Amino acid sequence: MVLSRATRIALRIFVALVIALLYAPLLYVARLSISTAHNFAWPPRGWTVGNWRDAMHEPGPRAALWHSMLTATTATVIALVLGTLAAFALSRHRFFGRNTVGLALVLPIALPGIVTAIALRSAFDRINVAVSSGTLAVAHATFCVVIVYNNVSARLGRVSRNLDEASADLGAGPLQTLRYVTFPLMRTALLAGALLAFALSFDEIIVTTFNVDGGYQTLPLWFADNFARPNKIPVVNVVATFVVLASIVPVYFAQRISDGGLRTAASM
Amino acid sequence: MPRQLGRRVGRFAAAHERFRLALELTPPVVWLVVIYIGALTALVVTSFFTMATDPTGLVTKLSTTPTLTNFRRLLTSASLSPAYRTVTLRTLQAAATVTIVDAIFAIPVAFYVAKVASKWARRGLIVALTMPLWAGYLVKAYAWRSLLDPQGGAIKKLVGHTPGHGFAASVIVLSYLWFPYMVIAVYAGFERLPNSLLEASTDLGAKNFRTFRSVVLPQVMPSLVAGSVFTFSLTLGDFYVNQIVGGTTEFLGNVIRRQFATDAPFAAAFAIVPIVVMIVYLFGARATGALEEL
Repeated sequence: MVLSRATRIALRIFVALVIALLYAPLLYVARLSISTAHNFAWPPRGWTVGNWRDAMHEPGPRAALWHSMLTATTATVIALVLGTLAAFALSRHRFFGRNTVGLALVLPIALPGIVTAIALRSAFDRINVAVSSGTLAVAHATFCVVIVYNNVSARLGRVSRNLDEASADLGAGPLQTLRYVTFPLMRTALLAGALLAFALSFDEIIVTTFNVDGGYQTLPLWFADNFARPNKIPVVNVVATFVVLASIVPVYFAQRISDGGLRTAASM
Repeated sequence: MPRQLGRRVGRFAAAHERFRLALELTPPVVWLVVIYIGALTALVVTSFFTMATDPTGLVTKLSTTPTLTNFRRLLTSASLSPAYRTVTLRTLQAAATVTIVDAIFAIPVAFYVAKVASKWARRGLIVALTMPLWAGYLVKAYAWRSLLDPQGGAIKKLVGHTPGHGFAASVIVLSYLWFPYMVIAVYAGFERLPNSLLEASTDLGAKNFRTFRSVVLPQVMPSLVAGSVFTFSLTLGDFYVNQIVGGTTEFLGNVIRRQFATDAPFAAAFAIVPIVVMIVYLFGARATGALEEL
């Protein structure tokens, strides 16, 4: 397939436009967060850091941020354990019902959010468990398992089992092999899976809406509660911009990890 | 002592494949079966309950006597009742439109990134395309709400016309939100497509369009379908976007959410509709081999 110069240029312009479109709304919110106007009129007017100062004194977003971190961390830890175990079981063994287990893993994210949300809530209601921060973490862990599973099984597919056998032949016990051979090979896949699971949980709101009590507000819930209040517009803009800026950190790490991962895979 | 025990279990596991499998498989399966399959069962069980008003007519309570009341309300003899059919069809229409829009944008972008861009540019482009995923879903919907605002919003001022808040706005914003999922999936497909295949097609005399239609598209179809599972399912299960930019239009998710607050059993019955839709969709997707790529 030889692309003409014109086709290449047209493609390049198209890609540039799509990327501009992807970022325009984010830049717009960032601009609003330092605007003196407390509405959405175009163009945004005035410049101030006052909104940021005001937002720092708001207790709501800070508590919500903490709740989101706590939920995402708990869910990620559970998902790491279960997702890794599932990946080893499904990648390294052939057994009856293997496809069914594979399907059960994907189902919590393949089914629409509202279904997962009210199914989990109905279950908690049927067994008389009041929803709380605990049920929220359980719900989040359930749809995060598949993220870790995907990352680890992709890596397992590229790592030869001969390495395990070589380790055993050289006299290492199974736990030593796990620690010195298998784990180092898995490390970046685990980190990448953990980052993605954390991000998914941190940003989730549909399952969250139904599976936590009113007193426990996560950051997305705080957002949903405040974006329609006219007097909260400046603070909402600041928190929104903060979330966008903070997301650069995990993206940076994810990128570094994926490079490392590729190098590990390439060197084998 | 515990160390020794650990070693012994480890050695036993290494020697006994089945034992090792059981060790690895039990925790995730127990979690998913007990919690997730259990939850879906609870949903179905709840759909047979009703909210019954007590004799005073003042208090409504959950009645756990199984009845078909909710399904009688939801279904006519052959199909969904008109009110619920309209909202279901509207949601399906949105999900299909979002999926097609995302595919149309994702194919050229993913092709450029995988097959045209230099190695150096490729890395930057992948970061640029995936970073918006981390930026907060409500933040983006909320930004669009003001951009699309019918009074003084940026689109009205800059373009002269805005779709305002309604069905079109929901489709635009949902397409925007799920685009990275589609582009990542399609990119993975293009990346696996060997360049030699494209060259062979050219050598055999195919023009670019013919190569694209007969060689490229069939090869990336499974990836495209894998991406569509996300765009379709995420649209089907969403209600916040519609609440933020959809005006008075309601989707399945909005109705289920509203009903759940007052009549959870009916909401549970209605939630079976998107489950059936997705099961049909997943079966169709499996036929193309897309599920291996999820």
